[in-house]
Amino acid sequence: MNMQTLNHSRVDGHASAHDGHDTGSLKVLGLWVYLMSDCILFGSLFASYAVLSGAFAGGPGPKDIFDLPYVLVETFALLFSSITYGYAMLAVHRRDRGAVLRWLSMTFILGAVFVGMEINEFHHLIALGYGPQRSGFLSGFFALVATHGLHVTSGLVWMAVVWHQVATKGLTPTNVTRLSCLSLFWHFLDLVWICVFTIVYLIGAF
Amino acid sequence: MANHATTRAGEAHGSAKSYNTGFILSIILTVIPFALVMHPVLPRATTLFVALIFAVVQVVVHLVYFLHMNRSSEGGWNLISFVFTLVILFIIVALSVWIIWSMHYNMMIN
Repeated sequence: MNMQTLNHSRVDGHASAHDGHDTGSLKVLGLWVYLMSDCILFGSLFASYAVLSGAFAGGPGPKDIFDLPYVLVETFALLFSSITYGYAMLAVHRRDRGAVLRWLSMTFILGAVFVGMEINEFHHLIALGYGPQRSGFLSGFFALVATHGLHVTSGLVWMAVVWHQVATKGLTPTNVTRLSCLSLFWHFLDLVWICVFTIVYLIGAF
Repeated sequence: MANHATTRAGEAHGSAKSYNTGFILSIILTVIPFALVMHPVLPRATTLFVALIFAVVQVVVHLVYFLHMNRSSEGGWNLISFVFTLVILFIIVALSVWIIWSMHYNMMIN
């Protein structure tokens, strides 16, 4: 049944082939499958954090090092970047290139604010001597949160490249596919952050 | 959500309304657990439970309103792969934590 529906939607794609939907939607599905494998990567990191979260080795615990208002601002930066990316996608469907570029720039700035705040937090912890080598808890914390931060950073690089391509070549079918893929990636990172701030920061600091 | 012929995997044409709904729900679902943890009014176990439930609900909100996951997008393949991933995640996360916790318990580490 599902194979049939898939074929059916591909036929539909041909009907509007000017939009490049037939190959484009398969690419987006491929990116979705990659995101699912990324889920498993993050799941493993969450599991190792959960296992290590009690291993302080005489070092600081979550209550000593987490600053919740700071994390709340980080969370909002990422959440706002999700909605601005959403508006960029709405502009894509309206074929409004100027608006796409403006919303993408805003998303980029918010994402950069998030990464900057996270680097600042890490720098602060390492300067205090609470680096990943201090205890099992901190190893798990840095591995999990830094992997997420690295994903956001690569998302920013990707966004800069797509911004440039839209600015020079316009909203071609290929670029629309790229924007759709990045949209999934970006919203997925916000979704992972929900799990991070709940499991690491909120439950840790309480 | 409209089932357009031009639906992409996870990229059904979200409307401004669906993005705004998801955004407002996300703000509410973020602020409440933060407020409960920063200004504890409920018992400890209840607060942790509420924080976890709100996180699960917010993940679903993001999946529906931002990632546009539904049974019609890409013939349901992304929903099927997601459900499969959930099974794997359960095996990896829940069972690892269970195994290591029992090991700690039996070796009296904690």
